[in-house]
Amino acid sequence: MSRETLVNLTMLAGLVLVPLWALWADEPFTITLATRAVILALAAAGLNIALGIGGLVSLGHAVFFGIGGYAMGVLAYHAQTYTPLMEAPVLIEGTKSMPVIWLVALVASALAAFVIGLLSLRTSGVYFIMITLAFGQMLFFFTISWARYGGEDGISIYLRNGFPGLNTLVPIQFYALCLTLLVLTLALTAALMRSPFGLALNAARQVPERVRAVGLDPFRLRLAAFTLSGAITGLAGALFADLNRFVSPSMFSWQLSGEFIVFIIIGGTARLFGPVVGAVLFVALEHWLGGISAYWHIWFGLLLLGIVLFGKGGVIGMIAGRARTHD
Amino acid sequence: MTEPVLETRGLSKAFGALKATEDVSVALHPGEIHAIIGPNGAGKSTLIAQICGALVPDAGQVRLMGRDVTRLPVPARARAGLARTFQISQLAMEDTVLQNALLGALGASGRPWRFLRPALGDQSLRERAEAALERVGLAAQAATRTAELSHGQRRQLEVAVALTLAPRAFVMDEPMAGLGAEGSARLTRLLDGLRAEAPILLVEHDMDAVFALADRVSVLVYGRVIASGSVDEIRRDPAVREAYLGDSA
Ligand SMILES: Nc1ncnc2c1ncn2[C@@H]1O[C@H](COP(=O)(O)OP(=O)(O)OP(=O)(O)O)[C@@H](O)[C@H]1O
Ligand SMILES: [Mg+2]
Repeated sequence: MSRETLVNLTMLAGLVLVPLWALWADEPFTITLATRAVILALAAAGLNIALGIGGLVSLGHAVFFGIGGYAMGVLAYHAQTYTPLMEAPVLIEGTKSMPVIWLVALVASALAAFVIGLLSLRTSGVYFIMITLAFGQMLFFFTISWARYGGEDGISIYLRNGFPGLNTLVPIQFYALCLTLLVLTLALTAALMRSPFGLALNAARQVPERVRAVGLDPFRLRLAAFTLSGAITGLAGALFADLNRFVSPSMFSWQLSGEFIVFIIIGGTARLFGPVVGAVLFVALEHWLGGISAYWHIWFGLLLLGIVLFGKGGVIGMIAGRARTHD
Repeated sequence: MTEPVLETRGLSKAFGALKATEDVSVALHPGEIHAIIGPNGAGKSTLIAQICGALVPDAGQVRLMGRDVTRLPVPARARAGLARTFQISQLAMEDTVLQNALLGALGASGRPWRFLRPALGDQSLRERAEAALERVGLAAQAATRTAELSHGQRRQLEVAVALTLAPRAFVMDEPMAGLGAEGSARLTRLLDGLRAEAPILLVEHDMDAVFALADRVSVLVYGRVIASGSVDEIRRDPAVREAYLGDSA
């Protein structure tokens, strides 16, 4: 077993055991923190497919996070106010069912990612970063002026949405649901990295000319990766909204997009568990340092700087060394 | 004469005032190696870029098996049967040697949209990739990270990736550069046999290799073909001797 696998398994064990301990010790707040970390990890895991494997530095992934959030917010809002979302040409009603909300979040954010990708993936480098950023700002300001759904104040949902067979109001049950989705996503990512698609996408990041010369189109590979990536981050957005029972335009903010990138860099770019390590560290430090100093972001920034300057490959890289290139 | 597999007609390309390619017409026939020689900066790589679709010519045509492909993008030309090697190796340095060859096999299969099963587990891809590595003499390095290969081994891998495509025509930009005597000899033997599978348009500085291999040689100087013919004709051509070969030839 490689050292990286060991690090990953330890991380996974922690994600299972710490909340169980919190349940036993009656520390529900720790479970909420863990849920937050797992959801942010899921959002960053989505981004990792575009950024880590595909090399696409998207500074607009909060767009998909926000779309997922609003998918939940809008559907649940109509369900709790007993008003239809739309009457003509077909009647569409709100819903409090998580699986339905997730599906809508996945499809809506995948569509958005496809369109944004179509428009932005022809560019690269700084231009790509700026275009993705611009889309994020567009949706941010659109939702601020979207009076029907609370504008700047957003939408509050009174009761967490339901999942068949579970009581999602019990923190550990909602946590288990989120962790399951994260693990499924990581399993998918692991398979993707080794798949023919992953091989081609990874090569398109390193040597696009070569990929073209063997008859494959880097643009299409990237568009597929970006779409999948946006869909997963959108799913995370729906969960995040359900955790807070609240969604607002801030879910579209570019700072949030930046944080997703930061998680990946801290954990280790293109590492399977990079986003998980990054998100967990972020949430833990936010909690502890935030308790000590109001300026905790400065300390966090210094840590990030240290990792970028001295630890190529992020925390996982420091512990496990260079990524293995074959199995 | 048979119809050429690959052909350029009146190809021209200028970079500002510099005429990098000027009215170039070359043809590549089945079973042959057609060498393009010329001094540094003569426009050999620029010509190849236009043939493969990386550069759009200002005028003229590129034809592949009788079909005008001048407007086709690079991947479409590759799928139509054109395999190239680059003067400056274009390899995924973080990947293994086998993975680079697998990429070629994947391109040839035309089926990159598979997301779940490992590429290394696909027997048909793997056999194709391993066979290509075997032919260039890199079988023992299959699991090595490409960044750790020597310069010469990278040149061999370039050729191996082209082999995985099983193309209708090869276009190779200085495959021997930096290979060393033993490496050149080995690659010369390989190319010699390869022409039976698909003809090769070969840009090369190594004159020993060119004179040993070429059925036909075209000499490019300042973007123009100044002479074209058999090895002997080119050796005797006074204009070529003056412009390029010097007295050593
Ligand atoms: N993209 C470009 N823009 C401007 N000038 C270029 C460009 N590409 C090539 N050139 C110029 O065109 C000329 C031909 O270059 P090219 O690389 O085709 O030569 P070459 O015959 O392959 O030389 P070498 O033997 O050194 O590889 C050179 O003068 C080069 O500087
Ligand atoms: Mg050249």
